[in-house]
Amino acid sequence: MSYATQKLSEEKVFKDPVHRYIHVRDQVIWDVIGSKEFQRLRRIKQLGTTYLVFHGAEHSRFSHSLGVYEIVRRIVDDSFDGRPEWDASERLLVLCAALLHDLGHGPFSHAFENVFNLDHEEFTGKILLGDTEVNEILKRVSKDFPQKVADVIGKTYTNKQVVSLISSQIDADRMDYLQRDAYFTGVSYGHFDMERILRVMRPREDQIVIKSSGMHAVEDYIMSRYQMYWQVYFHPVSRSAEVILTKILHRAKALSESGYDFAQQPTHFQGFFDGTFTLNEYLALDEGVLLTYFQLWITEKDPILADLSYRFVNRKLFQYIEFDLAKDYVKMKELELLFKKAGIDPEYYLVFDSSSDLPYDFYRPGEEGERIPIHLLMPSGEIRELSRESDVVEAISGKRRTDHKLYFPEDFLTEDGKKKALKKQILELLK
Amino acid sequence: MLEEHAKIIQFIGAADGITGRKKLQKMVYIAKKLDYPYKEKYEFHVYGPYSHELTLRVEELCNMGFLQEERQDKGSYVQYKYQMTDAGEHFTQMAQVEEATPALVACIDQMKGKSSRFLELVSTLLFFDHLPKEDQIEKLHAVKGKLNFTEEEIADAYEFVMNLMNMRTIH
Repeated sequence: MSYATQKLSEEKVFKDPVHRYIHVRDQVIWDVIGSKEFQRLRRIKQLGTTYLVFHGAEHSRFSHSLGVYEIVRRIVDDSFDGRPEWDASERLLVLCAALLHDLGHGPFSHAFENVFNLDHEEFTGKILLGDTEVNEILKRVSKDFPQKVADVIGKTYTNKQVVSLISSQIDADRMDYLQRDAYFTGVSYGHFDMERILRVMRPREDQIVIKSSGMHAVEDYIMSRYQMYWQVYFHPVSRSAEVILTKILHRAKALSESGYDFAQQPTHFQGFFDGTFTLNEYLALDEGVLLTYFQLWITEKDPILADLSYRFVNRKLFQYIEFDLAKDYVKMKELELLFKKAGIDPEYYLVFDSSSDLPYDFYRPGEEGERIPIHLLMPSGEIRELSRESDVVEAISGKRRTDHKLYFPEDFLTEDGKKKALKKQILELLK
Repeated sequence: MLEEHAKIIQFIGAADGITGRKKLQKMVYIAKKLDYPYKEKYEFHVYGPYSHELTLRVEELCNMGFLQEERQDKGSYVQYKYQMTDAGEHFTQMAQVEEATPALVACIDQMKGKSSRFLELVSTLLFFDHLPKEDQIEKLHAVKGKLNFTEEEIADAYEFVMNLMNMRTIH
């Protein structure tokens, strides 16, 4: 028996709060889960700083990755098995891609990537193809298997059905994170009838379609997504924590570049500060490492690094106001000037931040399509785009919602001390 | 403050307007691949490298009145033209972004003169530039089979990239 088809002598199961059980029969999948690069995902939270708002949101990218794998396993083993439009030889490939799709995420991904100009998708590819345990395991399937997995995750694989299962407007990734994030945050949004959706998914030519009888379950899924974005993912307090986290990393980088003598040498970051880091150094970072440094930096003599670290560790976050930059960018300049006069560096303490989401988008011929639309399979065999059939989806299709906020340390401006009049003037402007 | 937004206004300003969302996407991607300082993240999409961040920035800039979007009806399809507004020019001055270098301006000018099909070809080849040349071409045919790029077009694309790289060195 080849390694690709080798089965475990007994099925292994992981108890899971969202899917009840995650089933593993394939030796390859079991070995990948045991690799150190996959185990690293236990130390990276799925929702970054959101746990500072929803205290339950401590779940990891490890559990999400297992969840995505389980959803895809159910689709290919239950819904697609035996259907002539599905190429069953792609089964192991799509399972591996589902399991490994988030492998390249770094600690507090969004902030970390922003400061060091990195892209986690690029790192997923590097880990899959580099000198790693995961690569060793995948290579045992076939020499080109690691590249195939990377191609599916990178959306350049030729079989678009396989890509769609991992990445489309209704994919296993979203179906897992919406339910998992809802469960761990404790919100009552994010729930939809996934079992129903899985039962009505069908492979068709180069895409996955949904039988029209499942349209209402899909409507529910899209509305869940919409609510989760605005209630959880873009929560302004969580954004405030992320703003501070980003500024801590910016400050540490700037200090390193200026030759600042850290009391505790930031060894783990050095390669990121000077752009010379290796893949192993990337893999050595996790959220535990970052939080340890933040704790140490509270006692650094640089007042900005110390203050920002204190704020993050002790959840003393920035205040925020709605801010329309189009109308108020002259005011922003004025604020920057006043902050400087008040001795508060606006580079670190006056931050504009935007959130934006498009809940569902349809394809407009001749335009650069943002997303592949969801297609319904009608009883006649005809394929119809979802928003043409669903009034609910039509109402939100192509409608982007954007939110702009300005973050600042209100406590600095209200505390007793020097430059009281100036600070009062700033507060007036921030009203 | 919004430095990356300002750089996009400046890019469109330097081109004296860009027609086509696809063209804008590919031009910024090619410039980024040539080490000009753009931070938008790209991933592979229907028409090759595509940046959701760039789409978002352009939409925001239109909403803010710093870019003007003009919808042009071409019969079977629609096209969008983007231009920098006076407010946009003022904003780039306020944001104090560095002026576009002569090399970047020349690069933008060269790209603007090409069709979006050609830029799609160039950007797709650049997306696979970590692979050996023959593998890049194989990959191009695999993901863009329907477009039937000819050997001549592919050779032109490589030459075009070489010229842009030389231009960057000369300036």
